[in-house]
Amino acid sequence: MAHDHESAQAGTRTVLVELTVAAIIFTLGALVAYDSHQLGSGWASDGPQSGYFPFYIGLFTCICGAMVFAQGLLRLKTEQQVFVTPSQLKQVLVILLPSTVYVLGVQLIGIYVSSALFIALFMRLAGKYSWLRSIAVGVGVSVSAFVMFEIWFKIPLPKGPLESLLGY
Amino acid sequence: MEELNALFHGFSIAMTPFNLTLMFVGIILGVIIGVLPGLGGANGIAILLPLTFTMSPTSAIIMLSCIYWGALFGGAITSILFNIPGEPWSVATTFDGYPMAQQGRAGEAMTGAFTSSFVGALVAVLMFTFIAPLVASFALKFGPPEFFSVYLLTFCSFVGTGKGNPFKIVAAMMLGFAMAAVGIDIITGQLRLTFGFTELLSGFHFLVAVIGLFGIGEILLSMEEGLSFSGHTAKINPKIVLETWKKLPRYWATSIRSCIIGCWMGIIPGGATPASFMSYGVARKMSRNGDKFGTGQLEGVVAPETAAHAAGTSALLPMLTLGIPGSPTAAVLLGGLMIWGLQPGPLLFVEQKDFVWGLIASMYLGNIAGLIVVLTCVPLFAAILRVPFSIIAPVIVVICAIGAFTVKNNMLDVWLMIVFGVVGYVFKKLDYPLAPMVLALVLGDAAESSFRQSMLISQGDLTVFFSNWLVGSLTGLALFALFWPLISALLTRLRSPGAGGAT
Repeated sequence: MAHDHESAQAGTRTVLVELTVAAIIFTLGALVAYDSHQLGSGWASDGPQSGYFPFYIGLFTCICGAMVFAQGLLRLKTEQQVFVTPSQLKQVLVILLPSTVYVLGVQLIGIYVSSALFIALFMRLAGKYSWLRSIAVGVGVSVSAFVMFEIWFKIPLPKGPLESLLGY
Repeated sequence: MEELNALFHGFSIAMTPFNLTLMFVGIILGVIIGVLPGLGGANGIAILLPLTFTMSPTSAIIMLSCIYWGALFGGAITSILFNIPGEPWSVATTFDGYPMAQQGRAGEAMTGAFTSSFVGALVAVLMFTFIAPLVASFALKFGPPEFFSVYLLTFCSFVGTGKGNPFKIVAAMMLGFAMAAVGIDIITGQLRLTFGFTELLSGFHFLVAVIGLFGIGEILLSMEEGLSFSGHTAKINPKIVLETWKKLPRYWATSIRSCIIGCWMGIIPGGATPASFMSYGVARKMSRNGDKFGTGQLEGVVAPETAAHAAGTSALLPMLTLGIPGSPTAAVLLGGLMIWGLQPGPLLFVEQKDFVWGLIASMYLGNIAGLIVVLTCVPLFAAILRVPFSIIAPVIVVICAIGAFTVKNNMLDVWLMIVFGVVGYVFKKLDYPLAPMVLALVLGDAAESSFRQSMLISQGDLTVFFSNWLVGSLTGLALFALFWPLISALLTRLRSPGAGGAT
């Protein structure tokens, strides 16, 4: 754990993230309550309307969001705890960004090719493995997933040009 | 006696070669899932659920529940050898388990952990066998108000038993309910909260949420710690096992206490994690060696493991009898029941006897199988842990993506999985609990429809939830749990001036 010794000042403070999340929760709650109210949150001739239950859910969400926000404000000056240090954030992004690109890849060229590329490139670039091992693991996982899902369990997964070339 | 007959019938269903094979496959998969970071009982089962759609429900639940037992066993391995709890409920196992491994007593610690897990599970299954049918026949008399008050009690218990900020617990829960409401209203057929996006028509599927929140979220959290693990090696041979077994009867009092704590915390939706902590704390207070806890006491491994496994097992009781899961993993299993076309709840015991008793019998057999597998294969599972995280991480992301896609064959779900992953990461870091959110998402529709039916019966009068002693005491208990943080804060404030501020 090399990053334990970094200065405590670096990185985003937890309390700021806390306030942001509370504000988002409040907004979501307000959105739910508003939409439910539009639908009708009251009583129709045949019983409670569609928005009856969600309206209160939205209302409670707002209350909780506001309370957490208020609690955060009280600690705004005093609390110095760091939410995530720059090096931790970097580590998180090392997997999060490639994963997002991977999902885009799944959408565009199918899951099998993207998976092989994703695993191989991640192992090579983040794990510093040799090209041979990286490609072997990537292709291995993809092929076993293909055999398991397309052939064995007959569950179709997203496929792209390569698979259609092979006749699937 | 009737239960015993039914149980033996259950054994005859569970003992077919096919089901026994599934049992071992499930246990092994479960231990692997429990050992790997980023894959836990809940999202492991969520990912594998689509593969069981072609099986009969009984075989499917036998396999999935065995994955669950396996994950419960597996969590202990990483805690003891690597000081990294593979599952939240094995955090307390690290306190004494890892020091034992440092002293070269890893084999003893693991034998103790596995055996006490097994004992905890066995006691919980015995309780299950005899209490579940009673609860189910009692619940047959429930109407919508009773069911809603049980739901209310379930959710309020999270506030009462949770250690965190009550507003965060409720906020997480409400977000779950809000997500459950998205899509077509099952009663009026109106679209709700879709804001014009046709993709949201069918709503958020809880399996996608579970895979994202627990799977991707956990990967992001683990990445923070860097890419390297270091751990101790374990040797388990029959001699160590026998020697440890000779020592274990000494801790009978701890075992009994931990079983009771575990069974109780599993039935009320506290779940395995608080049960293991509570049991560790109680054992430390009550034991003669209490002050030595944390330095590598076998008793400190026995207590949390017994309770965690007892709680994990008894969490299935409210799921089967009332349709209310006691833990996120039980919630995923419940979702599975619905997908297989079974309606969880008291009627299950009347209409699906084969299913229910096959499952109960498999609990006995699965835990025996589990004990055998973990005691013999520890070096193998420890080797999996040594596979570097830079290989494991992308492979788990791929497995999660496949799992998220197969839920509804929908690409949007894979995107949602990433979003849920980030939400899970941020929520974990800010101490928003994920379990109530998942449970609310699973139970949202059922809770809402029981609430609306109750309102129809009473014409919008909320006093229907106090209309008879049963529903009244359930609601009263729920409100008590909900306001417990407030009550306990007041109590400590009242007491502290008298006690000289000792608290």
